[in-house]
Amino acid sequence: MIPQTPETTTGHGDISTGVAAPTAGGDSNASATRITPGNALRPEDIALEVRTGLTKPSEDIAEYALRLGDDALILAQRLGHWISRAPELEEDVALGNIALDQLGHARSFLSYAGGAWDKSEDDLAYFRREHEFRSVQLFEQPNDDFAVTIARQFIVSYYQFELYRRLTESTDATIAAIAAKAVKEVDYHRDHSAQWILRLAGGTEESRRRMIHGLRLMWPYVNELFQDDELAQRLAEAGAAVAPSSLREDFDRLTGEVLAEAELEVPDVPAAPGGGRHGRHSEHLGYLLAEMQVLAREHPGAKW
Amino acid sequence: MSPHGNPEVPASSATEIDRDAQKVSAEPEASASTTPRPAVDSAANQPVETPAEGRNAWGLWEVFVRSSRGLSHVHAGSLHAPDAAMALRNARDLYTRRNEGVSIWVVPADAIAASDPDAKGSFFESPQGKDYRHATYYTKSEGVKHL
Amino acid sequence: MAAQNLQSVPAEPTPREQDPAEQARIAAQEADGQASFDRVMAEDSRIEPKDWMPAPYRKTLLRQISQHAHSEIIGMQPEANWISRAPSLKRKAILMAKVQDEAGHGLYLYSAAETLGQSRDKMMEDLIAGKARYSSIFNYPALTWADMGAIGWLVDGAAICNQVPLCRASYGPYGRAMVRICKEESFHQRQGFEILLELSNGTPAQKQMAQDAVNRWYAPSLMMFGPPDDDSPNSKQSMAWNIKRFSNDELRSRFVGMMVEQVRVLGLTLPDDQIRFNEDTKKWEHGPLDWREFQEVLAGRGPCNSQRLERRRSAHDDGAWVREAAAAYADKQRAKQSMKTKEYAA
Repeated sequence: MIPQTPETTTGHGDISTGVAAPTAGGDSNASATRITPGNALRPEDIALEVRTGLTKPSEDIAEYALRLGDDALILAQRLGHWISRAPELEEDVALGNIALDQLGHARSFLSYAGGAWDKSEDDLAYFRREHEFRSVQLFEQPNDDFAVTIARQFIVSYYQFELYRRLTESTDATIAAIAAKAVKEVDYHRDHSAQWILRLAGGTEESRRRMIHGLRLMWPYVNELFQDDELAQRLAEAGAAVAPSSLREDFDRLTGEVLAEAELEVPDVPAAPGGGRHGRHSEHLGYLLAEMQVLAREHPGAKW
Repeated sequence: MSPHGNPEVPASSATEIDRDAQKVSAEPEASASTTPRPAVDSAANQPVETPAEGRNAWGLWEVFVRSSRGLSHVHAGSLHAPDAAMALRNARDLYTRRNEGVSIWVVPADAIAASDPDAKGSFFESPQGKDYRHATYYTKSEGVKHL
Repeated sequence: MAAQNLQSVPAEPTPREQDPAEQARIAAQEADGQASFDRVMAEDSRIEPKDWMPAPYRKTLLRQISQHAHSEIIGMQPEANWISRAPSLKRKAILMAKVQDEAGHGLYLYSAAETLGQSRDKMMEDLIAGKARYSSIFNYPALTWADMGAIGWLVDGAAICNQVPLCRASYGPYGRAMVRICKEESFHQRQGFEILLELSNGTPAQKQMAQDAVNRWYAPSLMMFGPPDDDSPNSKQSMAWNIKRFSNDELRSRFVGMMVEQVRVLGLTLPDDQIRFNEDTKKWEHGPLDWREFQEVLAGRGPCNSQRLERRRSAHDDGAWVREAAAAYADKQRAKQSMKTKEYAA
């Protein structure tokens, strides 16, 4: 689906570190430390395709990719904050992996979207203003404590899984390819959040209280995930995207199963009106962007 | 998933979430059960400082990684986790970030029985000098094909 | 299992141990242990966790490995500080992966230290109580983006010089942890070098930023190798134990030699006009270092000491309820499991 050009394959293969094997015992743990970059669709591959004109999204597709890219980017920015602050070192690493997955998806979607307007992923990430971001409001909600982060993670990952699962069938080859890579990673994010929902809900009184609070705090933003609009509908009819509303049933069923296991109830809270897809955000996004963009904007046009 | 899971099949998808979770009992007696204690390799045999073994200390687990199909699992290192399910996930996040593996085992550190290093003289003496167990002992057949 | 093993960590003598016959037995075991340990050292082989080892060897290792682990964990902070502001998405991903690696490396090292009989929780407690040391370098602030480059190039560069020989450390778990760490770190120094190279080839403001960062991190990175050999009383013993393979000054000199070459490629300069290659000793020499400042930072009076500890403390404290919850959940699951087993039996 993504043609392999010589440039797309550079950097693959075994990594040699030049570390001498210990003299005693040989490099007996060599197989446990053999590292490779693996083979997968990378953001750079998409950027290259766009740059060389192998692929170019339509205006609609680009708008759509921008939405998904912004969701993932804003979430990665939030999750990145946990690295060095997590409840345990193992969780620093786990949240770091999830943040890196999301950042990878963001870069792929933004690189693709940029193809329609001759913009790079960085042009889009660093030089758009708040109202030009197309992420839904859930993603920009603050980390707060670990339970709140897990609540957000739980909703996001179950939503993204249903979305990407369907997008692997997209008539747009690039969207389908990005989704195929992302859906496997997001599947693990579902597992991670579900494991923690169970533990926090079934752990101590304090953790249960915090988990319930976290879900109540995040649940108002669930509704927006499933709102249809003209663009989504147009693309869904063409088979390139899916109508957000069509994901709701599976989302409700699967999150409901986990919540039931955790003896938690679906929070009964009023839904926020949303509007992120059209540039209407909560108060939190401005601060997030200010921090994210500050350095790049101090040096417009600079390379890093 | 049972406390030890099935190491051959690390649960990595949401379909393998612990189905027993909803029947959690809040009985305080639960705290009487055992947690894997820090220290396999470590010195079961010495005065380990224990105050840190408080109510929130996660046990120590040993991680074994199969780097590719057809190879054995090899000890990769250790980590801390509250239970087997999380130990597997932590192992995945920690020890396979660079494609190091296709399968993971985790074992509570204190479940490993090790041979006594002081006994190595007698424990491992017997095979010494039994050259006839090795093909190189048989020199007369040298040069004979397919032998 | 091996509970009768000799231990070199002093414990309260039990009445039995005060019995003369018992004492003689212990002394004999000590002698055997020492002989076996000496043999391993002479053969340049490896000591493994349950082997007999002299108490000072264990103590030295525990101190060194735990300090090394603490350094990885505290060392996450100056870089984590820039994850949110990384100026491109590619750099953001690289930096995240790097800081994440450091958590992993801390973890590997804590595990190695745990095999010496100290729990990770205890080491963490000592760290946040200010009782443990970590590399002083992380008490300097990361002020600009170029610091991500300078930290990668100079600080990780120095760390790698120190660490590669540690892959052959005589203590097995330490050496194995270092092999894994060195493999993973191979990208850390390169990404730092690339950051500086991009900046140096960038706008005048970017180049200035890069030079400024190199100026600030140069001397502290040289001091990472520890005090001069004449002033480093523990080094000799560590070398005799095959923990340390080269002296502080030896490694520092090698490092300076490498940096001299690399800084040219960067198109930047090192803030030291006394660097020269001594033809007689065949060693690189550098200008004087401010060891008084080094001691000050070590003693806790560096620019960021209290900030770094506070950040670690708050992460640890804020996470306490999560760790407790997971432990409590696991206990409940086990209790339920054993209840089921009992019911089944009945």
